[in-house]
Amino acid sequence: MPVQIRVPTPLRRFTGGADVVTAEGSSLREVLDDLERKHPGLRERLLDENGELRRFVNIYINGDDVRFLDNLSSKVKDGDDISIVPAIAGGR
Amino acid sequence: MATTSQSFQRSPEGANSEFVPVARAENVMGLIGNTPLLEITKITAGLLRPGVRIFAKLEGFNPGGSVKDRPALKMIMEGLRKGELVPGKTIIDSTSGNTGIALAMLGAALGFPVELVMAANASRERKKIIQAFGAKIIYSDPLEGSDGAILLCRKIIERNPERYFKPDQYANENNPLAHFETTGPEIWRQTKGAVTHFIAGLGTGGTVMGTGRYLKMRNPAVKVIGVEPDDAMHGLEGLKHMASSIVPPIYHEEELDDKIQVSTEDAYEMVYALGQIEGVLVGQSSGAAMVAALKVARGLREGCVVTIFPDFGEKYLSTNLWIGWKSWTRDRLSHLLAKCKTESESVIT
Repeated sequence: MPVQIRVPTPLRRFTGGADVVTAEGSSLREVLDDLERKHPGLRERLLDENGELRRFVNIYINGDDVRFLDNLSSKVKDGDDISIVPAIAGGR
Repeated sequence: MATTSQSFQRSPEGANSEFVPVARAENVMGLIGNTPLLEITKITAGLLRPGVRIFAKLEGFNPGGSVKDRPALKMIMEGLRKGELVPGKTIIDSTSGNTGIALAMLGAALGFPVELVMAANASRERKKIIQAFGAKIIYSDPLEGSDGAILLCRKIIERNPERYFKPDQYANENNPLAHFETTGPEIWRQTKGAVTHFIAGLGTGGTVMGTGRYLKMRNPAVKVIGVEPDDAMHGLEGLKHMASSIVPPIYHEEELDDKIQVSTEDAYEMVYALGQIEGVLVGQSSGAAMVAALKVARGLREGCVVTIFPDFGEKYLSTNLWIGWKSWTRDRLSHLLAKCKTESESVIT
């Protein structure tokens, strides 16, 4: 089930500059696994050594923060819109 | 002379004169600068050689709550002096936070409207503080980060250039000059000229450039070291990963003696440690600065390391900085300190 993933600027070096990519999976964890297969290097930026979402990374499924859903176990369905958003606005 | 101008016109030549803190001011501008140095002693206990000390300059004591009050004041006063900022104009800039707060505060105090362009994911507290000063926020795409805010701000000005005064902290030489004239001399006075290493985070580069230039002018042997996130994808609000960012025109990396990269996780851990062990609640850029200061200090036989804590921590209480802090223990500090020791061998001494 393909879902659309919006990629922030700091991670676009892994997607060939693309700001939107697609991946498949029925949970967020599966989607991120598929994303890593297609764009190696992304997973390490998003997940820590324990496989959990890094503290400074926010992921939204259709606008909902996954920390208020089921984190990486959150269900994903065909056509969902996933956004990866750095927790900070950067700059000064 | 008004206290306002005393605060920002201190000349480097005046750096040796006796410092008298402002006890009363006629406006908030007179309260900017002259922040205290705090010696960090508890986290460092038993880690440093006897002749090595670390001091943090607590910029959260500025009236706007951050180091950014200094360049904001200098840029605005110079804009007024040159006639670039005149009644009827609006102050505008792209900023994710502390500069925005400083500009909003100064705009209120001086009677100028302020509009700030920032990524929509800036912290809730920062947005509220800025709005409480009466400034207007224009949101840019959070996926585009601070560079997206910079580009949107340019577009807004292009549509109506006569309406705006843009301090442009990334390109305005009054940004580093503010630190050359105030932060540098203060550190020189406060350490009685003993400072050997100056360490500051890289955002616009203004703090490390201006302060570093002053300190090197007083003593060319002073080492000036920048601190940046270890990756383009990071959680260190206020800091830039230079290799992947629009490099600010005021930033000249060749003037640095070294640059230290700090991971977001290490900086967050240090924030927790500073709060619970040192009794100082700071933001994540201060945590990064402290990690870098420790890395340098642990490699020294003797020295006086001064770093900048850009702000206090209240503005970040709603942010991801505090995810997982409840499980923090001193054991985790030991782990962090061990990493600092290992990496210090590669740091300039």
